[in-house]
Amino acid sequence: MPPTDIILPALANGVLTGGVYALVALGLTLIYGVLHIINFAHGSLLMLAMYGAYFAFTQASIDPYLALPLLAAAMGAVGYAMYRFVVGPFSHGDDRNILLVTLGCAVIIDNLALALFKGDSRTIETPYSFEVIELGTMFLSMPRVISFAVAIVICAALALLIARTDLGRAIRAVAKERTGARLVGIDVEKIFAASYAIGIATLGAAACLLLPTFYVSPSVGNAFVLVAFTIVVLGGMGSFVGAMLGGVIVGVTESLGGLFLGEALGQIGISLIFIAILLLRPTGLFGQKA
Amino acid sequence: MIGYAVLAAALCMPFALPSGFAVSVAVQTLFTAFIAQAWNIAGGYGGLTSFGHAVFFGTGAYVSTIFQQRFGFNAWLGLPLGALAGGMVGTVMGWLAFRAGLRGSYFALVTLAFAEAFRILANSIEITRGGLGMLIRLDQRFANFQFADRRVWYAIALGLCALAFGTALWLERSRFGARLMAVRENEDAARALGVDVLSVKVRTLALSGAFAAMGGVFYAQYYLYIDPPIAFGVEKSVEMLLAAMIGGAGTVWGPLVGSVVLHVLADTTRHFFQVPGIAPMLYGVVLVLIVGFLPQGLIGLWPRLVRARHA
Repeated sequence: MPPTDIILPALANGVLTGGVYALVALGLTLIYGVLHIINFAHGSLLMLAMYGAYFAFTQASIDPYLALPLLAAAMGAVGYAMYRFVVGPFSHGDDRNILLVTLGCAVIIDNLALALFKGDSRTIETPYSFEVIELGTMFLSMPRVISFAVAIVICAALALLIARTDLGRAIRAVAKERTGARLVGIDVEKIFAASYAIGIATLGAAACLLLPTFYVSPSVGNAFVLVAFTIVVLGGMGSFVGAMLGGVIVGVTESLGGLFLGEALGQIGISLIFIAILLLRPTGLFGQKA
Repeated sequence: MIGYAVLAAALCMPFALPSGFAVSVAVQTLFTAFIAQAWNIAGGYGGLTSFGHAVFFGTGAYVSTIFQQRFGFNAWLGLPLGALAGGMVGTVMGWLAFRAGLRGSYFALVTLAFAEAFRILANSIEITRGGLGMLIRLDQRFANFQFADRRVWYAIALGLCALAFGTALWLERSRFGARLMAVRENEDAARALGVDVLSVKVRTLALSGAFAAMGGVFYAQYYLYIDPPIAFGVEKSVEMLLAAMIGGAGTVWGPLVGSVVLHVLADTTRHFFQVPGIAPMLYGVVLVLIVGFLPQGLIGLWPRLVRARHA
């Protein structure tokens, strides 16, 4: 058993990583909650956004944190267009088709990135990349602390958007009862596209928060896909609170798993949680019965 | 009838060619058709859309390689051993998933997670040599399941395909197949008619897993190398699914058609573009188009072609 002065920082780092995981998962859970589809292109779109942030920094020297609103908006537009012109029309509203179409999109985006940007991993170096904050005996990476804080703020903003605005009300109406929503005059297809757009916009934000401490490569999305799915399933499909809590649980599991089982085997914890939740309690911690 | 004659002639062609590039392409095409058919048995006939069939493929590849390299078993024994292991993984995974009532997207996710768990395991334990991967010692003799002449590989691939495609034909004609398709179309109705839904689904996944695992054994012997991302990575799962979906899921010849299309696409694009990623990107485009416009796959065009000719 490692001593507490190793466990505690590992715990703190897990929580910090969990914040960004939660942000990635939030988009996924929103899309699931409204459209009842699993967006397999989620990881690939995150990768795309990370390249966006990378080039904004290297080509136009825009700091990732400043690029955040811009990139979130751009990814929102990408998401909207993708749903309106690809996912919606090509899947004819069938569950299995949506699964396959988003998988097809993931394959297309991943390989397009491979063809355009080559396979190597890239990182950026900001003045604050290696800054640390001292907290008692712990040293916490500054960009990770910032990303955690910003992720929390964005999650809260999103929750407000869903709870308080007209758009949010329409989204909740469509999520609960499609036919009813249509009957009271809501343009359901438009709400679908809007939800997909918001879900993808969060990826733009997540990408900007990840880039100062993470690498980007055409396959980087894969590293997040299963993590995001795990969080969503753990928290309960469609649940915001669940996604936040799930993000932190998964972040901590990963961090402690790495500590106790070693770097290589430590990652298995996430897959095991995922399988166990799916088998034992597919509605997750906060999910409602379908 | 003419169709079958043309098919038989095309399949015998490589034996007449010298053992070279063309035969390698033929071997790889049949190999893809074989693993796609393995996927198709569960994903097509059973409607059990798996995104993680690599879990079986990798299990077969590793089981046969480990028994051969670590315990000195004869390489040929890898095929039954791998198939057995794949069938067992399929049984356990199917029993767990279907008993929990997972279907559709949830089932796809759980298969993906199993493949990922196996990849991480293979990457971190000693018996698989972790991330280094395993080499099979080069010693090209018939007794070692290694051949210098690619036409022998072709014959083996053809034999495996005969087995898998025969199984698909059997599914179309047998009671078991009828039960399986009933479950796919409407689970509750099938149950009401007395079909043991859980057992049918578990057995189908085991069968499909056994075939996919044999694909893994073949792969390991053909390339003499296996590592965790090759064995359990998403790419293999997607390759199987793509070929079956593009050709036509739930049809006997769909996986073969899909595999031919994928390999033709790959070789043509390789000719024109020297950058990696172009061919797989086109696979994605084809998949989206097929789902959108030809839900029965390319094979769905066949009746239309026949009708057009007679009109």
